[in-house]
Amino acid sequence: MSVIIILIIASVSIAAFFLAAFCWSVKDKQYDDEFSPPLRILFDDKPASDKESDKQ
Amino acid sequence: MQLEKFYYDNKIVKWFGYATLFWGVIGMIAGLWAAIQIYAPSTSLNFAPTTFGRLRPVHTNAVIFAFVGNSIFTGVYYSLQRLCKSRMFSDKLSALHFWGWQGIIVAAALTLLLGYTTGKEYAELEWPIDIAITLVWVVFGINMFGTIIKRREKHLYVAIWFYIATWVTVAMLHIVNSFELPVSFMKSYSWYAGVQDALVQWWYGHNAVAFFLTTPILGLMYYFLPKAANRPVYSYRLSIIHFWALIFIYIWAGPHHLLYTALPDWAQSLGVVFSIMLIAPSWGGMLNGLFTLRGAWDKVREEPVLKFFVVAVTCYGMATFEGPMMSLKSVNAISHFSDWTIAHVHIGGLGWNGFMAFGMIYYLIPKMFGTQLYSKKLANNHFWIGTIGIIVYAVPLYWAGFAQAQMWKTFTEEGQLKFQFLETVTHIIPMYVTRSIGGALYLSGAILMAYNIYKTVKQGKFIPNEAAEAAPIAKEHSPKKEYWHRWIERKPMTMLVMSLIVVAIGGALEIIPTFLVKSNVPTISSVKPYTPLELQGRDIYIREGCYTCHSQMIRPFRDEVARYGEYSKAGEFVYDHPFQWGSKRTGPDLAREGGKYPDSWHYNHMLDPRIMSPGSIMPAYPWLLDNKIDTASTGAKIRAMQKMGVPYPEGFDQEANRALMLQATDIKLSLKADKIETASNAEIVALIAYLQRLGKDIKAQPKK
Repeated sequence: MSVIIILIIASVSIAAFFLAAFCWSVKDKQYDDEFSPPLRILFDDKPASDKESDKQ
Repeated sequence: MQLEKFYYDNKIVKWFGYATLFWGVIGMIAGLWAAIQIYAPSTSLNFAPTTFGRLRPVHTNAVIFAFVGNSIFTGVYYSLQRLCKSRMFSDKLSALHFWGWQGIIVAAALTLLLGYTTGKEYAELEWPIDIAITLVWVVFGINMFGTIIKRREKHLYVAIWFYIATWVTVAMLHIVNSFELPVSFMKSYSWYAGVQDALVQWWYGHNAVAFFLTTPILGLMYYFLPKAANRPVYSYRLSIIHFWALIFIYIWAGPHHLLYTALPDWAQSLGVVFSIMLIAPSWGGMLNGLFTLRGAWDKVREEPVLKFFVVAVTCYGMATFEGPMMSLKSVNAISHFSDWTIAHVHIGGLGWNGFMAFGMIYYLIPKMFGTQLYSKKLANNHFWIGTIGIIVYAVPLYWAGFAQAQMWKTFTEEGQLKFQFLETVTHIIPMYVTRSIGGALYLSGAILMAYNIYKTVKQGKFIPNEAAEAAPIAKEHSPKKEYWHRWIERKPMTMLVMSLIVVAIGGALEIIPTFLVKSNVPTISSVKPYTPLELQGRDIYIREGCYTCHSQMIRPFRDEVARYGEYSKAGEFVYDHPFQWGSKRTGPDLAREGGKYPDSWHYNHMLDPRIMSPGSIMPAYPWLLDNKIDTASTGAKIRAMQKMGVPYPEGFDQEANRALMLQATDIKLSLKADKIETASNAEIVALIAYLQRLGKDIKAQPKK
């Protein structure tokens, strides 16, 4: 049953990593703007000089 | 800020798109053929490569890895470039990825038909191909992460996280489940045995569903559905939350494939609990997808692409509710080994995976060819034919599943089993026929699509490189901040590492205890290793894919014990490299087949099952009577087993063939007593030896 020590250490350290990853991505401002990403993907990045007609 | 001009690579998307359609049709044909064989076994053409047992893995590998796999790459290569505002990291890697993957598929089809298989579901490909898969996956990873690192859009859209989690987890799953010891060029044994192998296999198997058939497709859904509807995702916050919840919870669900088996109880319960919890993040994805179409339902009415997406997401919701329900032990007691499981799989496969692939390709091809779809009407027809096909496929199988499970469990008033196994098979033949009609409809829809896409391509002009403009990510200016800028560039790698760790937790916590805590797998002293002849026979059993129709796992239910014998104990399987518990009972369970019938019964049964069981749907295996056992491999096989801890005596590999021939001669004589002449080194002799050994070890020896 002593393997449970390994399991506890593993799960706690991994949980800590997860928490760190989440805090870090929040700090990195990945989740600061939840409004523009869904809209941003709807636009194409066609060059301004291109006169190709847009398909709807 | 200077705008940079660059080009998106559409060529690689086109190639993967064509491959998707091509392999999709092939995989569906294989499936239809297999489905027809179930009620018309003569359609195996009495040809070993095209029997059900060999064809089934061709079908599963083709539809999962060739059809869905190529659809994933099609969608990822298209969307990732545009989400990152950057061309793929390396055109050369793109080409290497494409040709490598197609080469693997061709190798898979050929080797599986020829009987080179590991005997583990969805991981049948032998070790050289496993290595190739790893290499190609790494190529894909370098290309994908390279693109993410050199992106011009700092924010990582949710689809990209799904792609990252997919790549990381599939890499881990494939490597861990592919630990196999090669015996020869195309033969290996699973490093794991029995219960351990079962747990690793279904940790892998369910996560193949999770991280190959779900997460990448969710990523594609989050890109293509909003784009096609021209509507933003309903709730971006929900997508973040359900992403993390999904990838953490999914890993633990694997044991729901092993309920009421010899897997330790606590591991089973863990699987059930996490499978139920999985409803929430899965439905988060479904609701997000469907609610995105708020205000756009009139567009759904007009656009086949959106129709496909709606049915796809709905089927995803149905399957991710049904799955957790089937993970409840009380429900699983009925569903496991029955056709209900097949129905469930195909709601997900045909509905979610298939329809997402179709919708995506209907969206992409016209765009990349600068034209409209050749015929919206045909696409609508495809939609309806396909949808009806899914229903005609699944409903008969639900009926069949309930019917057979009920019949298996029915006792007469005197306490006898009411139905012979064969009666339960014959009873559901009409359902099998109807199911194949559903599959044929679905395939017809796909062929319709191939035609429509062909005509669209012909009328359009391909845009191999799509011009685009975007500003590079702004650099921070102060020296101190420049160091932190490097950290920003490394974000995707952190996401990668975090994802790997998160998904590894579930796996580790379930797998490590089973290995390390010996009390989880009680050893039974009377259980001994297979003899050399039996080992050869077992490899024939694996080669012919017997496990695709026959289980070897008696559950602790009254009806199973009455029908098959004492329920299976974990300790009986300690030398089984790989385990062969099976997932389906198209035919009866074989766990205690040993000693039930005389050798001659098995001989005649393999020659033609209908000799011994009139009305049987099993294919005939006449070549086993003529083929000779590959005795040259015996020594290597014994040595491999020894390496993995099976306690053959030291030096036994030198005498193995002698022991083999002695036992074979015994069987030859017993067949001769029943008027059957055979060479003692015919493959049928080995197979008989194996079948006659099954389940015997724990039976009490009569006192002399």
